[in-house]
Amino acid sequence: MLAKRIIPCLDIKNGMTVKGIKFVGIKEVGDPVELGALYAEQGADELVFLDITASHEGRKTFVDLVKRIAQHVNIPFTVGGGISEIKDAEALLNAGADKISINSSAVRNPQLINDMALNFGSQFVVTAIDAKHMAGDDWAVTVNGGRIETDKRLFSWAKEAEDRGAGEILFTSMDHDGVKQGFANEALAKLSTDLTIPIIASGGAGSMEHFKDVFTKGKADAGLAASIFHYKEIGIPDLKQYLNTEGISVRL
Amino acid sequence: MKIAIIKYNAGNIQSVSFALDRLGVEHIITSDPEEIKSADKVIFPGVGEASTTMKYLKEQKLDELILSLKQPVLGICLGMQLMCKHSEEGNVDCLGIFDEEVKKFQLPENNTENIKVPQMGWNTIGNTKSALFDSSIEDQFVYFVHSFYVALGNDTAATTNYILPYSSALQKDNFYATQFHPEKSGDVGSKILANFIKL
Repeated sequence: MLAKRIIPCLDIKNGMTVKGIKFVGIKEVGDPVELGALYAEQGADELVFLDITASHEGRKTFVDLVKRIAQHVNIPFTVGGGISEIKDAEALLNAGADKISINSSAVRNPQLINDMALNFGSQFVVTAIDAKHMAGDDWAVTVNGGRIETDKRLFSWAKEAEDRGAGEILFTSMDHDGVKQGFANEALAKLSTDLTIPIIASGGAGSMEHFKDVFTKGKADAGLAASIFHYKEIGIPDLKQYLNTEGISVRL
Repeated sequence: MKIAIIKYNAGNIQSVSFALDRLGVEHIITSDPEEIKSADKVIFPGVGEASTTMKYLKEQKLDELILSLKQPVLGICLGMQLMCKHSEEGNVDCLGIFDEEVKKFQLPENNTENIKVPQMGWNTIGNTKSALFDSSIEDQFVYFVHSFYVALGNDTAATTNYILPYSSALQKDNFYATQFHPEKSGDVGSKILANFIKL
């Protein structure tokens, strides 16, 4: 049986892993290659590395980092942040990335999803969507790390991304992110039912039970989290044992 | 020992190369027919679309070359599918090493479990029978990404369940193939690659 995936997410700035605390101070938590390899050893199913460096120089550092990750980590990983052209993706593919994640650039230029899928295959293209709850089924898609609301809506945009060739959707609820009160399970379940591609849930993990809920109530295919893993609030082996006991298929 | 990874327009060549590096196995990435022919073992990786890739292999005459190989050959993912007779992906005739048809996964009509296509992630391999595997690998998880599958048949060397039981590995004579990605399957995958290298 296909296992539900647990995915630690590492934010990278100038080659180091960081985690923004409520978008204000940024704390360094370690070397991404070392941390990635450690998570892989502990049983992480995949890794996501998001480059939050803005500068051109920083981007070059990131490509070098991706190569080092690919050399040392023996599980699949996705890289994202600032990818807006085919050549950005190509550099990351050649460095050894398994998938890329595109977010704001796809909102601004949806054709980018088609182009990426055509060039590299759908399996390479994760469309990340950051959305903010408005009312009922209405979620506004945001860009620039949640700072700018767009007129796109979560469910129609996710469907469009699938139709354009996205291989997976990584949905982050801006209302749940950093709050540690659980994932946006209702919206996730709707996404998972509406779409035929896998859904990665992000934003809200605070306890092991939240992961159980996201796989049962939220019907997600994968659960992503950052700080709870980085600050060792939840250990990946413990989390997987717990999920297994709760009858959820995980890779032990 | 000389290992050749066939270089063509496939996506995961770098990953396969890094996986061999981690095993400390020397290898070359090449499309040169002489180098491939003279290698002790050949790896035929693959991520991409079947008909486009098959067209490319024909243009480069790599199709005939692969068919002529006598040393152990390992096809991975699309590499395995291209070693079959025909693929529904782009309706294309493939190499025909395995007398099998590559079909697209069909979602169950009443998809109450929200099964997705592609299958993306970790699933187990069972009924393993090939020198690629050993008893420690039976029922272990490996990493898959695919929308097309090969049904169970005479050359099935491992089975996996996703929507239906299908062939997650094939073997016939010197040709070995895995639908999953050993190069991305953690320690289990490394073991499978090491077993291939040891053949």
